[in-house]
Amino acid sequence: MTMARKLMACAIVGLLSMMAGGVRAESIVLASTTSLQDSGLLEHILPTFTAANGIEVRVLAQGTGQALATAARGDADLVLVHDPEAEDRFIAEGHGKDRRQIAWNDFVIVGLGGDPAHVGDTHDAQAALRAIAAARAPFVSRGDKSGTDALEKRLWRAIGLKPSSAAGDAWYRDIGGGMGAALNAAAGMNAYTLTDRGTWLNFANKANLKILVEGDPGLVNRYDVILLDPVKHPDAKHEAARRLRDWLVSPTGQSAIGAYTVHGEQLFHPSAAAPK
Amino acid sequence: MADFWTTVGSADFARIVALSLGVSLSATGLAILLGLPLGASPAVFRFPGRRLLIVVVNALLGLPPVVVGLALYLALSHTGPLGELRLLFTPGAMMLAQAVLATPIVAALVHRALADLWTDYGGALRIDGATPLRSIPTLLAMGRKHMLTAALAGFGRTISEVGAILVVGGNIAGYTRTMTTAIALETSKGNLALGLGLGFVLIGISMAVSATAFALGLGRTR
Repeated sequence: MTMARKLMACAIVGLLSMMAGGVRAESIVLASTTSLQDSGLLEHILPTFTAANGIEVRVLAQGTGQALATAARGDADLVLVHDPEAEDRFIAEGHGKDRRQIAWNDFVIVGLGGDPAHVGDTHDAQAALRAIAAARAPFVSRGDKSGTDALEKRLWRAIGLKPSSAAGDAWYRDIGGGMGAALNAAAGMNAYTLTDRGTWLNFANKANLKILVEGDPGLVNRYDVILLDPVKHPDAKHEAARRLRDWLVSPTGQSAIGAYTVHGEQLFHPSAAAPK
Repeated sequence: MADFWTTVGSADFARIVALSLGVSLSATGLAILLGLPLGASPAVFRFPGRRLLIVVVNALLGLPPVVVGLALYLALSHTGPLGELRLLFTPGAMMLAQAVLATPIVAALVHRALADLWTDYGGALRIDGATPLRSIPTLLAMGRKHMLTAALAGFGRTISEVGAILVVGGNIAGYTRTMTTAIALETSKGNLALGLGLGFVLIGISMAVSATAFALGLGRTR
């Protein structure tokens, strides 16, 4: 019996260490956002980096809030997110440093062609949200502390509203999910929602949704890469992480980002040289 | 449909299928190693806490995957008690999570089958001079069809699971992406038809595994 147990223990430990994967080349964990995965950008550009540097990049696609929390726990080596305020806190708490912007695009408000709140073809996000709230038209909120969710909350705050389905605003639907889930929900519930343009362009289940509000300077969507602070996170793979960061802001990385298109449309504008 | 065949024919997809099978089969194996003694001992032995063990094992049949995922996440996190193992966001973590979920299923089904057999044949076995411990192999052989069902039920739980492995595996492309997490991802990209197509492939694979196990199990009976 004890022999059998020993064998069992050996087998389990062996299997685990095998699966932990010591045999592969160097790898880093990049805590990033669902928008960069769902838009297809990282899948498109990272193989080029890996081929040139021999560093495998394991992408965790989480909302910005969760991605920063993952990195703060020490479970990632590099952060690539899009919520300036949350990033400020992350850096102020000593988790990260040397923030660099790598690209930008913009957020848009999408909704059905019927447009009950009459916000179509306008360029003022705050006015559009005010009209949606006044019409009590269905609006899908991410509600997941992602970068997109944070921007949406800032927009509501700016117009002095705080819609909440718990407080009786049945038109405001907090789904607690990723961008794709929110778009699927909006398509299914005939609702408005705020989305980043990258995820929107690559999203295949648009149904009758279309862009209604765009071009508001307040809807700029900036993506920043942040290194982990070696003082607080001595075990992170700083050297490899820095190489990916340097590649992303290098002319090669920047042109790879700019070259990514879906249906002929450019999704991300490289901005390392001239942050927006 | 073009999307579907391009995806299914790709090397990435083969890796996803292999990982799904590898993780789920090894998790099932681990669940059997743990579940067999856990289910067999309260069936044939009388010890303090025996009833409690049976109640707990049966209660854990409804273990919520996302809670298992979260608990394991906190344990395996760099700052957690098992952080030194460096298992978070690896297939090893996914295997552990699935094994935790499948073990109660295996244990409960093994217990049910062996308890019935022990009631029916325990007396006869003891008259033949067998101790409870030495009767276990005989009982297992008698109940081998039930054991097969227990193993397949455990496998069914692991291969179909998404909540726990999403949390501890991270759905990393080419590394911890399985059939179920790939389906979740395609759904979030709005590729609903592709997601559903992958779902049918998953069901097919799951059925193939069951059929193979049954064929092997029945072959041994004859």
